[in-house]
Amino acid sequence: MIRFAHVFKRYPNGREALRDVTLDIASGEMVFITGHSGAGKSSLLKLIALIERPTRGQLFVNGQNVAGVKRSKIPAFRRQIGMVFQDHKLLYDRTVFDNVALPLIIAGVRTKEIGKRVRAALDQVGLLGREQAVPLELSTGEQQRVGIARAVVSKPPLLIADEPTGNLDPELSLEVMNIFRRFNEVGVTVLIASHDLYLLERFPVRRVRLEEGRVVDEATELTADGPLLDPRKLLERERE
Amino acid sequence: MTAWLTRHIQTLIGSLGRLSKQKLATFLTMLVIGIALALPACLHVVISNAQRATGAWSRALDISVFLKRPTSVEEARQIADRIGKRRDVAEVELITAEDGLKEFKRDSGFGEVLDALNENPLPHTIVVRPAPDYASAEHLASLAESIRELPSVDIVQLDTGWVERLNAILTAVDRAVVIATAVLALGVLVIVGNTIRLDIQNRRPEIEVVKLVGGSDAFVRRPFLYSGVWYGLGGAVLAWVITSLAVAALKAPIGRIAALYGSQFEVTALGLADAGRLLLTGVALGWLGSFISASRHLRQIEPS
Repeated sequence: MIRFAHVFKRYPNGREALRDVTLDIASGEMVFITGHSGAGKSSLLKLIALIERPTRGQLFVNGQNVAGVKRSKIPAFRRQIGMVFQDHKLLYDRTVFDNVALPLIIAGVRTKEIGKRVRAALDQVGLLGREQAVPLELSTGEQQRVGIARAVVSKPPLLIADEPTGNLDPELSLEVMNIFRRFNEVGVTVLIASHDLYLLERFPVRRVRLEEGRVVDEATELTADGPLLDPRKLLERERE
Repeated sequence: MTAWLTRHIQTLIGSLGRLSKQKLATFLTMLVIGIALALPACLHVVISNAQRATGAWSRALDISVFLKRPTSVEEARQIADRIGKRRDVAEVELITAEDGLKEFKRDSGFGEVLDALNENPLPHTIVVRPAPDYASAEHLASLAESIRELPSVDIVQLDTGWVERLNAILTAVDRAVVIATAVLALGVLVIVGNTIRLDIQNRRPEIEVVKLVGGSDAFVRRPFLYSGVWYGLGGAVLAWVITSLAVAALKAPIGRIAALYGSQFEVTALGLADAGRLLLTGVALGWLGSFISASRHLRQIEPS
């Protein structure tokens, strides 16, 4: 699904964000990108979304070499990627429904179909019935879930999330992570950048650790309880 | 196709809704555009009214034909008949030397002085009124020329000079209107372009989000194009209102002037076709201004 081959990223100010990153992520995988702030997690995701381009090396996303994607083709390229951001990046002057519908409107989906799919996406994140609310009426966790609904509403094969739980308390974080896991279970490739190790330890998925722009550690650890944890049980155990 | 159309209509209405949230700012922008469009529109009204007025005058142009002296009344009548049979002549009137003298005595107040004259100094005069279809300057000139060639005709008096001069002035003013229109149209483009540029700057975060979720340049640009169309349309409507008010205010005083000259002339406002042209111009300028501005400035906004 995603293949980094000796990718370097240097910003115009001289900062080297990624150094010789080689990484393969298979279709249907769920991967955590970990590391301290500034280790290159965000840069990695930005390259995948074509917000930035690699300085050197090759990057393939969904079988496409990003170097061959012209500026005019970037919008179509991004439509196959669902993106979730730490600050949600919602449109605050529009309703939840309009926010979630945006990718479908861009893709030219019929109005009737849009209503159906938006409600389905909101249902998946547990916000059905809040379509007409505006984002500021929602809690941070709910806003993040609106962001996730928007990312998945067009059913992209790839979902990337940059610190999706950065502003959430542990309980909400776990809930959000579980939403991601459910999408992964239906075949969506999920890539999450996070430094919240406490949270990540509760999910038995592959993790890639970055340090100063390099991949320093790769591990697929399973927790003792097996791959499918019920978040409520986890929380109960935390409290004990 | 229907989804596409629905989208466009939604964007059209949506951009109007956005503009209506800032009523004063929107109104002021439209007013500036309206004033810029009203100027050439008003000039156009002036020109077309002036042309209509002079058109009426040139139709009223008579040719005065003075016959040689001595010519008998009988002969004068024959010549008048001959001229009157022409296709390009609507009417002829013969004023014999005797009638002319009587009239002159009555109107001039020199009656007693004239009585002292031994003979009538006046020639027979034929007043020729050209047919309306042949009232152009060239036709009048050739008519005068052929009358001049008739026997016993002494002087043919035709004063189209001032009409030609006025027409020349109007042509020059017409050209000035074209230039003024071009300059003001450029002004409208700049006004709309600048307004759209500010709008784009204010909505930068939103534009970034739309680009992040895969909105193409055309998609991002669309609401701004519709904003431009609304600005242009609003400006054109205001220009029409301004022009109509100006015409309404001038109607009475100009009517009075016309009445003093014994004319039925009445100032007319912008016609339906001209009003339609004004609206179309406004819409086209609004669209073009926002297109240029949005294409330029939206490219520079990329999510980071």
